[in-house]
Amino acid sequence: MARRAAWLIGAGAAAVVAGLAVAQAPGSAPEPQRAIPNPESGRNYATPETLAIQDDDFQNPAFLWVEEGEQAWNHPTGTAGQSCASCHQDATVSMRGVRARYPAYNAAKGRVVTLEQQVNICRTERMGAPELRVDSRELNAMTSFIGLQSRGMPMNVDISGPARPFFDRGEEFYNTRRGQLDMRCGSCHEDNYGRSLRADLLSQGMSNGFPTYRLKEQRVISLQFRLRGCVNDVRGEPPAMGSEEFTNLEFYLAWRAQGLPVETPSVRR
Amino acid sequence: MAAPIGQPRVRLPSQVKAGEVIEIRTLISHIMETGQRRNQEGQIIPRDIIKSFRCSFEGQPVFSMDLHPAISANPYIAFPFKVERAGNLEFTWTNDAGEERKLTQAIRLAA
Amino acid sequence: MQATTLGRRGALAAAAGLVGLSLLPKAAAAQMEAATAAAIRRIIGERTPEEGRVALRLPPIAENGNTVPLTVTVESPMTAADHVKAVHVFADKNPTPDVATFHLTPAMGRAQADTRIRLGQTQDVIAVAEMSDGKLYIGRAEVKVTIGGCGG
Repeated sequence: MARRAAWLIGAGAAAVVAGLAVAQAPGSAPEPQRAIPNPESGRNYATPETLAIQDDDFQNPAFLWVEEGEQAWNHPTGTAGQSCASCHQDATVSMRGVRARYPAYNAAKGRVVTLEQQVNICRTERMGAPELRVDSRELNAMTSFIGLQSRGMPMNVDISGPARPFFDRGEEFYNTRRGQLDMRCGSCHEDNYGRSLRADLLSQGMSNGFPTYRLKEQRVISLQFRLRGCVNDVRGEPPAMGSEEFTNLEFYLAWRAQGLPVETPSVRR
Repeated sequence: MAAPIGQPRVRLPSQVKAGEVIEIRTLISHIMETGQRRNQEGQIIPRDIIKSFRCSFEGQPVFSMDLHPAISANPYIAFPFKVERAGNLEFTWTNDAGEERKLTQAIRLAA
Repeated sequence: MQATTLGRRGALAAAAGLVGLSLLPKAAAAQMEAATAAAIRRIIGERTPEEGRVALRLPPIAENGNTVPLTVTVESPMTAADHVKAVHVFADKNPTPDVATFHLTPAMGRAQADTRIRLGQTQDVIAVAEMSDGKLYIGRAEVKVTIGGCGG
């Protein structure tokens, strides 16, 4: 994988790194420009029946997870005997806008963290509670509940300053060909969105709806669960969920979806 | 040990006129294990589903459903009900092991 | 083995590898799998369902076979004297054909039920309605179920 990337860079990456023109701003890191400047949510690539389920907060099975997350929010856990509500009180107020700006740079940790990781930081460092396993039901329930509080708000992550190196690494991952099928994420989601891959209508791979109730899995899944699936689908070796590579990729993907309204919890096929 | 029967949700309109036909909508969290899937070792994961749903009004049956593994996970079941008077609707979900989850919800008539 | 319950016509069809619910006059060409016919037979015995009155609403193409929304409606006044007692739903090419049975009462005011079903491949979904006067009605609809490109 690194060998491929080096080859690409050596060969004059500007032409190969698809569609990423870089504009120079004086005295600062160049501002990246998106290959898809006006992105579309995955909902535009879903059938009417699937959208009907998503747009109905009663019928949308993800709301079973949201309810569980809400209960967990109010339930004291850990050695400190606190609940999320003990500090954050009413989530509809305190969590408003939070999911829209994650992943985010965490100064104390010196790196970008996802919302899942932030929940676990609170649990382990403030509540004396054990970490929730990534993509576990409990963690997906919590991030669905928190994510809902940003529904409708535009995605808006901050890639400036100390966050920028993590963004760059995520961008590199996105544009690196991998797997037996030798494809990069953009091979499908930039070069071929709107086309059919067998019977699948390819979307632009926007992350604004995650966590999502995936019809295939019949449960709410986290974004990184899907990312593992994508790498498997090109017959590559996927990094672990919660790994640095996927955290940086998730950061890059959030920037790619900048401006799209949060749809958490969505329904996708 | 049977798969957990999760929390049910039931939605009915809050204020109903006598004689009105309303829609009752229900959703419950359950994996609905078909008995077709295999685990990592290649062994069949045994069937474990909600096999029956019943709704009654003041003890009288209104609607019930026999579910088979072909019903999707997190079963969604909706059906009409003609409201004649105020009273309690009782909902019962039963799994293969005979365990039940019940919920009662009141129908109130609009003044 | 099938021959005894299906009669001569059914036996001949079964011998050809496909079983039609050959009692259906118009839909003699509407074949179904042997397992489906047997499942229907288990419920309605030797009685003949008529076509009509049962409507199945399903997406023509299922985005994912795991969760396919289904609405069944039956034309009926749903009075004590004249109502739908039950609707039996089958998926013709699933590993086992039984999907659900809805038990209805006049207290519903209207004969309808909504749920979400799993379909393993492109196939017909078939519904048989039993009326309070013993009449039977049958309806069917095809759903195309696709294999996703990204490994499903």
